[in-house]
Amino acid sequence: MVFTHSAGREISIRRRNTLEAYGLGEESAFCTNVHLSASQFTLVHCHNWSTSAQSSTFVKVKMATITPLTAPNADSVSKDKEAATAALESLLAIRFFEEAVDGLFARGMMHGTMHLSIGQEAVATGVCAALRKSDFITSTHRGHSHCIAKGADLTRMMAELLAKQTGYCRGRGGSMHIADVETGNLGANGIVAGGIPIAAGAALSQKLQGKDSVVVSFFGDGATNEGAFHEALNLAAVWDLPVVFVCENNKYGMSFSTAKSMKVEKISDRAAAYGMPGVTVDGNDVDAVYAVAQEAVDRARSGGGPTLIECLTYRHKGHSKSDKNLYRTKEEIEFWKTKDPVGIFETKLVDQGVLTQAEVDQVTDKIRGEIRNAIQEASAAPDSDPAELLSSVFRQAN
Amino acid sequence: MSERIITYAEAVREAIGQAMEADPSVFMLGEDIGVYGGAFGVSGDLIHRFGEDRVRDTPISELGIVGAAVGAALTGMKPIVEIQFSDFTAQAMDQIVNQAAKIHFMLGGELAVPMVLRAPLGSGTGAAAQHSQSLEAWFAHVPGLKVVMPSSPYEAKGLLLAALDDPNPVIVLEHKLLYKTSGHVPEEAYRSEIGKSKVLREGNDLTVVATGVMVSRTLEAASQLSTEGIELTVIDPRSLTPLDMDPINASVAQTGRLMLVQEAPKHVGFMAEIAACVSEGPAIYSLTEPVKRLAGLDVPIPYAPQLEKSVVPQLDDIVSAAREVMRGV
Repeated sequence: MVFTHSAGREISIRRRNTLEAYGLGEESAFCTNVHLSASQFTLVHCHNWSTSAQSSTFVKVKMATITPLTAPNADSVSKDKEAATAALESLLAIRFFEEAVDGLFARGMMHGTMHLSIGQEAVATGVCAALRKSDFITSTHRGHSHCIAKGADLTRMMAELLAKQTGYCRGRGGSMHIADVETGNLGANGIVAGGIPIAAGAALSQKLQGKDSVVVSFFGDGATNEGAFHEALNLAAVWDLPVVFVCENNKYGMSFSTAKSMKVEKISDRAAAYGMPGVTVDGNDVDAVYAVAQEAVDRARSGGGPTLIECLTYRHKGHSKSDKNLYRTKEEIEFWKTKDPVGIFETKLVDQGVLTQAEVDQVTDKIRGEIRNAIQEASAAPDSDPAELLSSVFRQAN
Repeated sequence: MSERIITYAEAVREAIGQAMEADPSVFMLGEDIGVYGGAFGVSGDLIHRFGEDRVRDTPISELGIVGAAVGAALTGMKPIVEIQFSDFTAQAMDQIVNQAAKIHFMLGGELAVPMVLRAPLGSGTGAAAQHSQSLEAWFAHVPGLKVVMPSSPYEAKGLLLAALDDPNPVIVLEHKLLYKTSGHVPEEAYRSEIGKSKVLREGNDLTVVATGVMVSRTLEAASQLSTEGIELTVIDPRSLTPLDMDPINASVAQTGRLMLVQEAPKHVGFMAEIAACVSEGPAIYSLTEPVKRLAGLDVPIPYAPQLEKSVVPQLDDIVSAAREVMRGV
């Protein structure tokens, strides 16, 4: 059997390890390795069972995509229909993605652990609406929201969590380590505060290269008690780096409340120690987050140096999969659910007449469909391949 | 043509200067590397040649510095971090071990961290336990880090330029006692291959593998022993990761005797890996004597000169140990 390049022709990988392509019988090819390129074309190395012939073919995989976030042509996201719709898609994609993986985990279909940002979606959405595609982010162990809001492909994310070869990390990273070069996501991070100095360095890099890109570092309240936070903020301040430090203060570092972990009232107060502006904002309000983020991003881009933004928010789910919620009350959780950022934004859009309820429902259906598609596509992809482990530790020299 | 002789520190500086001239993405950051010229004088006048953006003085902030280098390396730059004493890498270990070493693999291979971290290691300066360690085994134990230990001015330049060509994080452990030593260093930009052990002297009686300052000490011992009729093969692995065992195994097959010399404490030291690698292959059948490890004592490096010297192998120790192996003691 002859394998031909079929660039641009859509195929689907219907069953595990089985490639059904145009011109290939369902069981005729065994998918041994899949390289996802920066584009949507995928290089699939095939081994033909009947003839033992090996070949490679380019195929186009369906990518689950949501509309990229965009800055509004107005002073707030909710006043611009295009920007508001994209923001709603982002909020819902984060919510549904995480509800889906929570469900898959509960059913024993997902491995490892994960940290859900349900309840915190407005932070990533509001901040990334103020960013360009060429801007960078560093993210955290609770990083799905940042990854999605910066524009990552949901199928590749899902594939990573499902331990597939087509995942962002080829199955080597999982939930805590997704990076996406194409959208400037320098990586989620399993080490609390690990990404903050890296963000400062990426910002130094932009400055040294004379580029006008900005770097946003997302981190939680717990990270602000790590030395890395303080060292990175100081470096960014003394070098006037184009970086915005975004703290998602969800009140708890795992189980330890901010009331016990710090003496200052607000995390944003810590900015004063480094000579940079600090601001606290309602992290469940997309418009409020966008407004402070836009100001900070503009300042960074124009050479005005870094800003520390504290977004007050709350995670509805536990810290990770082992959390029994022994450190907080049901009442507190229920209270914060009444401040659900997704519901608040939907209501605002309908009340302001930016979107009709029917349009909100339409967006909801679209995103649900994208998540379903992501799960289907990812589930059908080949499992990650142990054969390439040893050759992947170092990048080969050119 | 006469050989040009310069010091180890000058060789490092020359490599940095040549790399900066050739590649605008190369820059240096570290504590007191600017007008001060570096704690060991390595950066010297580089700030005057390349300016304070590219020879970047930093606050005392090792974790921040290394993290900044990782972020810069991820986004198109080629940072050279100088950590003033390798002991201070302990302050930056998260960024070295959890970030730089793992990013390429863990994040799926699209990102890489082409960063060079230079740090002086070793004792002999009376700086005591927190400024004198040899921590190479820490780094060599972490998949994702390349580790080199230049043992001469020639290797200081060649290995650093090779490290700067490498698209991965490379830890360059320079020995502080070597900075002022001199040797032949070609003026042109040349590379020493990372992952190739170098045979520095050939003899039929005993194979000695040494690293860092122990290489020159062992070569001196070899000259002495030669007058007694004991001929050593001296091998410098140069890079601990990746490790090239081929010349070591080949030499052991020839001499039947193996001595391993390191400054670091013996327990779980790098030389144990060499011994293990020899014992896993056919070279073990050539051994006529047990493997001899000559290493630092398993103690923190002390201050007093007589104490400090007694903790790490000196020239006489190497000579005596080699004689013992030859006598079958």
